[in-house]
Amino acid sequence: MTNQFLFSLISGVFVGGVAGYLGSLMLTKRMALVGDALGHVALPGMGLALLLGVDVFFGAFAFLLLGILLVWIFEAKTSLPTEALVGVVFVASLAIGFLIVPEPELLEALFGDILNVSLQGLVFSVILSILIFLVVRKIYSGMILANISDDLAKSEGIETKKQNLIYLLSIAAMVALGVKIVGSLLVGALVIIPAVTARNISGSLKQYYLISIILGVLSCFLGMLLFKWTNFPAGPLIILTATFFFLVSLVFKKR
Amino acid sequence: MDSILEVENLKVVLGGEVILDNLSFKVERGDILAILGPNGAGKTVLLKTLLETLPFSGKIDWKPGVRKSYVPQRLPFIKDVPMSVKEFFKLKNVSDVAIKETLYSVGLGEEAMVKNVGDLSSGQFQRVLIGWSLISNPQVLLFDEPTTGIDIGGQESVYSLLEKLSKERNLTILLVTHDLAIVHKLATKCLCLNKKISCYGSPKELDVGQLSQLYGGEIKIFKHSHD
Repeated sequence: MTNQFLFSLISGVFVGGVAGYLGSLMLTKRMALVGDALGHVALPGMGLALLLGVDVFFGAFAFLLLGILLVWIFEAKTSLPTEALVGVVFVASLAIGFLIVPEPELLEALFGDILNVSLQGLVFSVILSILIFLVVRKIYSGMILANISDDLAKSEGIETKKQNLIYLLSIAAMVALGVKIVGSLLVGALVIIPAVTARNISGSLKQYYLISIILGVLSCFLGMLLFKWTNFPAGPLIILTATFFFLVSLVFKKR
Repeated sequence: MDSILEVENLKVVLGGEVILDNLSFKVERGDILAILGPNGAGKTVLLKTLLETLPFSGKIDWKPGVRKSYVPQRLPFIKDVPMSVKEFFKLKNVSDVAIKETLYSVGLGEEAMVKNVGDLSSGQFQRVLIGWSLISNPQVLLFDEPTTGIDIGGQESVYSLLEKLSKERNLTILLVTHDLAIVHKLATKCLCLNKKISCYGSPKELDVGQLSQLYGGEIKIFKHSHD
């Protein structure tokens, strides 16, 4: 096993776990597809980063921040649902991405390049994953409460606006990490599939987020081993591994 | 009397529409204030404004340091979250002992702790919600339509529970309801709302004229005694 592959594997495991954790929150907020849309918002940034020779994380993260800011402004100016506004920003980003990014870079941005992880990249991914995890853990109870009822959360003294901003920033950082592993087309799957699978088989909140994290980790780990073994692209293998777990969960479905 | 809340000239405008206007009333400690009114009269908006989660003009003066708790009308999204009753309480950072005690005081045993919130009947869920709002020991309970979706037997017991709790804990309760029988039985004051106050006072003073004005139709009150 080469060092390079080991770097990718460890980085994938951390990012998969944090994607599963955040995904469990996004599903209860009925925002499961937002991860998918944001993956596309990251596309032009990733292309630019590849052209300029900087880490794609930074390009992706910058465009995600911009995208989230735009959604937030549109939200304040209209009464359209957030989901629809994310839709507008996402297709526009996609169009810009296709226009400004040359084809080889575009392919890499769409499907990710797992073998492009350096030692610095690994350290960065691991630290940032842990950081996102800790931040999300701090707001988790409050977010669940706000997802059940915004008024209830407010009456408990939770600053829901501030909490939401922290939540969105965490998603942006997680998606920017995720696009490096599975690419912008498939990053949404890292968020959705472990969470829906966990939802199927868990009877409590604790089981729900733990299973979601474990499935995120396992999908990335096993998917990458499959990649090593078959030489098919890693991104799709990771997602198909996650999908396999989802199908198995239907057999053990609790609710 | 010990005043808990004073509202003066309250006005709420949402999306350019005046929802509440020129509202003034007072709540004393131990009062059970019933808020009556047709759909769209702004009852829920009044509760939310009193919780200071909506913008308003005028004066809302809570007694300083008063602990309030809100019980919403429905929580349709709670079934999206797999969660035991205990975990629902734990969102509030309370001890297991406190959860057990609270569950007993709302007429559910501690065996309810491990139940999934989504599996509770609407009556049980309403009790869990009341318990959830009581566990932080509030002095004031703001209650939005406590019996929506509960059958008659269940309604009676939710109200007798409220009556019992208000006495035991010296609670002040603000209660949005459609149920006039309950107003006569339980409330010490009532407020009829249709954007403006159309009546305010003791439930015994409520008459047919005021109610038909409030609901915009002919109303018959069936007064009956409860032993």
